[in-house]
Amino acid sequence: MVTQQRPRAAAKPPAPPRPRERGSLLSRWDLKASPYLYIAPFFLIFAVFGLFPLLYTAWVSLHNWDLGGDGGFIGLDNYATLFGDPDFWNAVGNTLGMLVLATVPQLLLALVVAALLNQQLRARLLLRMGVLLPIVTSVAAVGIVFSQIFDRDAGMVNGLLHLVGVTPIDWRADKWSSWIAISTMVDWRWTGYNSLIYLAAMQSIPRELYEAATVDGASKIRQFRSITVPMIRPAIVFTVIMSTIAGMQLFTEPLIFGQGTYAISGGSLRQFQTVSMYMFEKAFRDADLGYGSAIAWMIFLLITILAVINFLITRRSSK
Amino acid sequence: MPARLRRTLLATAMAATLAAAAACGGASDDQQSASGPVTLVVKTFSQFGYDALYKQYEASHPGVTIKEENIGKLGDYTPKLQQWMTAGSGAGDVVALEEGIISQYIAKPDKFVNLLAKGADSLKPDYLDWKWNQALTSDGKTLIGLGTDIGAQGMCYRKDLFQKAGLPVDRDQVGALWPTWDAYLATGKRFLTANTGAKFYDSSSGMYQNILMQQGDHTYYDKANTFVADSNPAVRSAYDQAVGMIQAGLSANLDQYSPQWNAGFKKGTFATIACPSWMLATIQKQAGPENADKWDVAKVPGNGAVRGGSFLGVPKQSKHQDQAVELVKFLTSAKGQIGAFGAKGNFPSSPQAIDDPVVQGLTNAYFGNAPVGKIFGASAKAVKPVYLGPANVAIGDRFTNALLAVEQGKLQPAEAWAKAIDEARRLVK
Repeated sequence: MVTQQRPRAAAKPPAPPRPRERGSLLSRWDLKASPYLYIAPFFLIFAVFGLFPLLYTAWVSLHNWDLGGDGGFIGLDNYATLFGDPDFWNAVGNTLGMLVLATVPQLLLALVVAALLNQQLRARLLLRMGVLLPIVTSVAAVGIVFSQIFDRDAGMVNGLLHLVGVTPIDWRADKWSSWIAISTMVDWRWTGYNSLIYLAAMQSIPRELYEAATVDGASKIRQFRSITVPMIRPAIVFTVIMSTIAGMQLFTEPLIFGQGTYAISGGSLRQFQTVSMYMFEKAFRDADLGYGSAIAWMIFLLITILAVINFLITRRSSK
Repeated sequence: MPARLRRTLLATAMAATLAAAAACGGASDDQQSASGPVTLVVKTFSQFGYDALYKQYEASHPGVTIKEENIGKLGDYTPKLQQWMTAGSGAGDVVALEEGIISQYIAKPDKFVNLLAKGADSLKPDYLDWKWNQALTSDGKTLIGLGTDIGAQGMCYRKDLFQKAGLPVDRDQVGALWPTWDAYLATGKRFLTANTGAKFYDSSSGMYQNILMQQGDHTYYDKANTFVADSNPAVRSAYDQAVGMIQAGLSANLDQYSPQWNAGFKKGTFATIACPSWMLATIQKQAGPENADKWDVAKVPGNGAVRGGSFLGVPKQSKHQDQAVELVKFLTSAKGQIGAFGAKGNFPSSPQAIDDPVVQGLTNAYFGNAPVGKIFGASAKAVKPVYLGPANVAIGDRFTNALLAVEQGKLQPAEAWAKAIDEARRLVK
């Protein structure tokens, strides 16, 4: 896709003339070492907060690790149990289900919002800022407010449904209803953010393309489909990948939505328990840290697989 | 390429070394000498009502400063405590251990200072036997905590709703309505026929736990820590009784501690709630002053019951173990327990404190001047000790979720039971 921009063979500079010994040693050292010094902060921080926890989690996942600490090496036993654990697969299903239910409408809606914001509108700046507001709201606040909106007895949604003659829904009791409620929270929070990314991409599309299309008699919708969407493909790929990663880590919204003292189970029958909730439950509630670590690594693996699938799809369709 | 790889590795190694050095630098902290002034950090959840006691202790022990770090919800405190204990730092000098937590840690006593080695053995008569034994390892050699309060149970009820339903409102007559849980169920059915618009109780999980704890002896584990939930008739009968109440339509189906449950006190969506002593403060706060003359408290169905209750322990990671143990002894003494009871209504676990006129004579103005000291005291002393196994809380959660699924109409009682047993068995492996 991208061409190699650096000239290769020609780049080799001629050997510098050798000045006095001391200076050359210092400058040679400087030349060799300082680049590493410059990039060191990132690697340092990554090593402490990224790489080490990652590897340590892998190490813990190979042990029978509970409250008392390391209870002995057990190899891949935790992973073997995990593959036969219906609660884990249930959580994976829930996570993927909510991922699709949240991401697809969210990105489509974001595209439409971005297209609208790209028009000549009154108070355009205000509107553009407005769509960003949900993202600065705290997740917990969103969770609490939406939990009340989707409440069984006194919720606003049930109140509205009642007006049109629908019997009240116990939103937490079923998969479909709880998924809708949680996806709504995610959508409300992220649609504006994604539409701003799309908007930025749309503004870099040359005007001439639209002018030419108008001359050819293409309608607005046709222009949107044939010019806008293909031209902002990189932005779309970016948002899809970011939403996938965020969706795989969905935690706070369902946790707050599920109430009471055992909310981490995500409903009486684990209707809306995500994998990260299951990881937390296993590690910190059931005190099985080894098993929790194994789940954490499975989440990592799942995200990797999804990212690769995303990548393959976008690469194939861009050919 | 290999050269570049080597250099990358070198850089990574360098970074790692630096990181390790930085980590070491952070580890050294203000180690205080044992004789100098010390600050004791006490970790608690919810409300222990110790503020006045800390002041007293600081006054009588110059050089000791006490700092309490509180986390509001037990559910948030438990994982934090676990992280501190696993990481080996952060737990402070004294930690509050709820009875569900202590039943987990009793299997790993080496994380805590053995209080028997610090002269606690002479204090045994100061605590109810079963309370003492909950913090004692099965070999009887290690004691990891001293009892603070116990959740002695009563049954709180709304007088206005009872009146509407044509039931008596006087607390003795109300208590006489339900000598047993079957009688409670019958009363509930009577209540529903009056169509007050309210349900009889808040949530089946509370009732189930209450009934289960009254059966005595052991629950999901026998005393050898063998999983017996599926064969223990006590568990099955508590479950069946709870199901019976659900099927009679008594439950308002509100998760305890959810916003709707909180609102239910104000709106009067349920007429009774099994209330441990520590819940009175919650009810008063949620129902608010406008419902001041509506709530009262009667005895609980069946004979005596407790739910919840805590201990104080000293983690081994504390740098001031001796001073911390002294503080624990002071706070959990009969005098300390009476102080906490006066401050926040935490019911004492020391028989001397229970019999103390201050506790016996206590009434609660919000609950129509109910003699809560007498009601809860009688309940606490009638309790049959129950042995809880290591994963007791986690297994209990599976059963209450099963009951919730029955309440929601998602599973038949028999299916829900099978599911709970299956999940619990996978949990204990």
